[in-house]
Amino acid sequence: MSIHPTASSVAAATATPPPAPPAPVRRIRQARSTRGLIMTIALLSILDAIAVFALFMLFLQEEWLLVGIVLAVTVLLNVIYLRPGWLPAKYLAPGLVFLAIFQIFVVVYSGYIAFTNYGDGRNGSKDDAIQTIVLTAQERVPDSPTYRLTVLEQFGEYFFLVTDPTGEVLLGSADQPLEPVGDFGTDSTGKADSVPGFTTLTFNDLLGNQRAITDLAVQLSDDPNDGALRTPDGSSAYLYLSSLEYDEATDTFVDRSGTVYRDGGDGAFVNDSGRELTPGWTINVGFDNFITAFTTENIRGPLISVTIWTFAFAILSVVTTFALGLFLAIVFNKPLMRGKKIYRIIMILPYAFPGFLSGLVWLGLLNQDFGYVNQVIFGGASIPWLTDPWLAKFSVLLVNLWLGFPYMFLICTGALQSIPEELTEAATVDGARPWAVFRLIKFPLLLVSVAPLLISSFAFNFNNFNIIYMLTGGGPRDVTAGVDAGATDILITLVYKVAFGEGTGRDYGLASAFAILIFLIVATVSIISFRQTKALEELN
Amino acid sequence: MTSTARIIPATRRKGFLYWARDTGWRHLIGLVMLVFAAFPLLYVLSASLNPSGTLVGSNDLFRTIDFGNYVRLFQLPQQPFAAWFLNTMIIGSVAALGTVFLGALAAYAFSRMRFTGRRVGLLTLLLVQMFPQLLGVVAIFLLLTGIGEIFPAIGIGTQTGLILVYLGGALGVNTYLMYGFFNTVPVSIDEAAKIDGASHARIFFTIILRLVAPILAVVGLLSFIGSTSEFVIASIVLTDPQTQTLAVGLYQFVSQETSRNWTIFSAGAVLAALPVVALFLYLQKYIIGGLTAGAVK
Repeated sequence: MSIHPTASSVAAATATPPPAPPAPVRRIRQARSTRGLIMTIALLSILDAIAVFALFMLFLQEEWLLVGIVLAVTVLLNVIYLRPGWLPAKYLAPGLVFLAIFQIFVVVYSGYIAFTNYGDGRNGSKDDAIQTIVLTAQERVPDSPTYRLTVLEQFGEYFFLVTDPTGEVLLGSADQPLEPVGDFGTDSTGKADSVPGFTTLTFNDLLGNQRAITDLAVQLSDDPNDGALRTPDGSSAYLYLSSLEYDEATDTFVDRSGTVYRDGGDGAFVNDSGRELTPGWTINVGFDNFITAFTTENIRGPLISVTIWTFAFAILSVVTTFALGLFLAIVFNKPLMRGKKIYRIIMILPYAFPGFLSGLVWLGLLNQDFGYVNQVIFGGASIPWLTDPWLAKFSVLLVNLWLGFPYMFLICTGALQSIPEELTEAATVDGARPWAVFRLIKFPLLLVSVAPLLISSFAFNFNNFNIIYMLTGGGPRDVTAGVDAGATDILITLVYKVAFGEGTGRDYGLASAFAILIFLIVATVSIISFRQTKALEELN
Repeated sequence: MTSTARIIPATRRKGFLYWARDTGWRHLIGLVMLVFAAFPLLYVLSASLNPSGTLVGSNDLFRTIDFGNYVRLFQLPQQPFAAWFLNTMIIGSVAALGTVFLGALAAYAFSRMRFTGRRVGLLTLLLVQMFPQLLGVVAIFLLLTGIGEIFPAIGIGTQTGLILVYLGGALGVNTYLMYGFFNTVPVSIDEAAKIDGASHARIFFTIILRLVAPILAVVGLLSFIGSTSEFVIASIVLTDPQTQTLAVGLYQFVSQETSRNWTIFSAGAVLAALPVVALFLYLQKYIIGGLTAGAVK
């Protein structure tokens, strides 16, 4: 291989100007790189424009860490593409940016979430939670003065322009408490009805966005305890006060009856009898999610059985598909056999058929009451293919065999054909029977070449979400479990159901803890198995 | 004379037995496998043409042929099948194009340049495939929610956001496949072009990309199939039925009322599978080549 010439020419190009090539060549090269330069600058300007916008928005939200990261990445990308040299970086950077954000960062972030109580009613900061609690507990003050109101809009956000009973004109929005405005227009009754730069909503606009406008609460001042203005009709606003008052000094809420809600240390305000105010907020809970997973009786049990089944499912899937695929590859590895092509095309159809549809099709076929398998093949029997814990496991494996054997058939055929015929001949001449030839010569050779693919196949099936979720949804459900786990659930479907399931509340923290668990298992398995194979040593 | 006359019938009789033992049983197994492999697909096709509408009625295979389900499929008010189909094709195509582009750039660098971290980079590509993105589905959900607060156009609920997430998986086993193929293109071609004064970008875009077109097609197709069948991330990112993909929409459609919606679902399944299966069969030679490239030297 002539690798070194490339390497040296790249090195030459990056380090010092190459020894002067003939003049005409140089001119052409100059012309072309000018065009390239224009393209580069055009693309970079778009990128920078987006980055500047993002920086601006992040700056407003005071996300300093993100400001730093976005700034650093933008500067780095500009340097990479404007500086001559660093050629590999120019080609790797686009893919790496996506990889870093949506694959690597995502895993790291999962790790962080696993140590929090993130989930339903626990998904914001404490300040947000306090503000929401105050807002949702608001009631209209019985003797509230009437504030005459005009609803304005700017960049998709609604603003209240109020003329208070004393005649002062104030402007505010959901995020911004009322402040006096200087520049405004008034109608004939003296009510302020416009501000330059804002659109005044017409009656029809008000009707069309009724919900958003009646939900809007504009705080009177920075202190949420001062109350907020809300409008029932879009033309007049009234003062609303919260029935819960927040005391910053003691960090407690007090309601009208005098009950005190304290920060219970669990990401929510609770009173002495244990009643929580919703929403709570996200806090770090350390290893609590992991401790919950491993010590709570009705979670640990299901988690262990799900983990065992995940391994069983992945291993059995690989073994069954590989066995059938190899068997078929041997059967059809017959040079002069007729119709091989037809068999081959029909047999790879299950593999070409979209995976998610396969699960759903088999869901119908295996339906207990109306499915084809029970009604026609078993003559009207009522076999609980998908609802009995053990039969469901069998069904999942059967369907996965149907889905996966063509792939194994293809790779085994390829591998068999690449084994030199001379080996078989030599062995036969030495008196080996066909079975011995296969067992002692072909099979070991084949295993060496397909081992990396078997490992990938294991890793794939370990997280084979679609087939499980489409066919059984992880069911039949284990009713004694503290999480929504069933007999055919594998770890990844458990993660999905704990995080986004409809049956139970969303618990992102626990789900991420499970995801981290999968990550650790897969990492261990792949490190061990790749050490065993030589896949990694062949890289040059 | 006599000896040959005796041999011929003997060979014939022995010939059939021999054929049965040598090849015939292979056909027997072949037939069994044909039924196993093709039956579920024929069953869906039959159900899609069955006017009875229900799961139990679909058990009469090909008794009646009626295209009513295909018409009704496009008239469901709650399930905009046409939109799902279009969304799936758009998301799949854009993600495939992006994946091919990002992957090819990286594969070019790995194949043609020597730099620090190259070997580690290649190893990482191999290992990354062990950790599919769906492991981080919770983080992806929260990340897109966060992004949506700054850029609503690529936040949660948008197809653009979903495509960007899919592109995160662009560097992975696909790049590895391309890397192998790029290595088979002689470096002397690059050098000749370089001597003629072509810049690296020009060599890449106008020469190399054309020479590696087959692997680009394979990777594009694999990525297309992958993203059109992807359910987990699509189901949490796309919430509005109008923006959903076939995987999300059809799953929700049939999982709610499996039996009652069966024949319409079958029609949808047939239409959804057609482009993918057709593409797969059309490009099968390349795909199989690509699949086995990793296994067989």
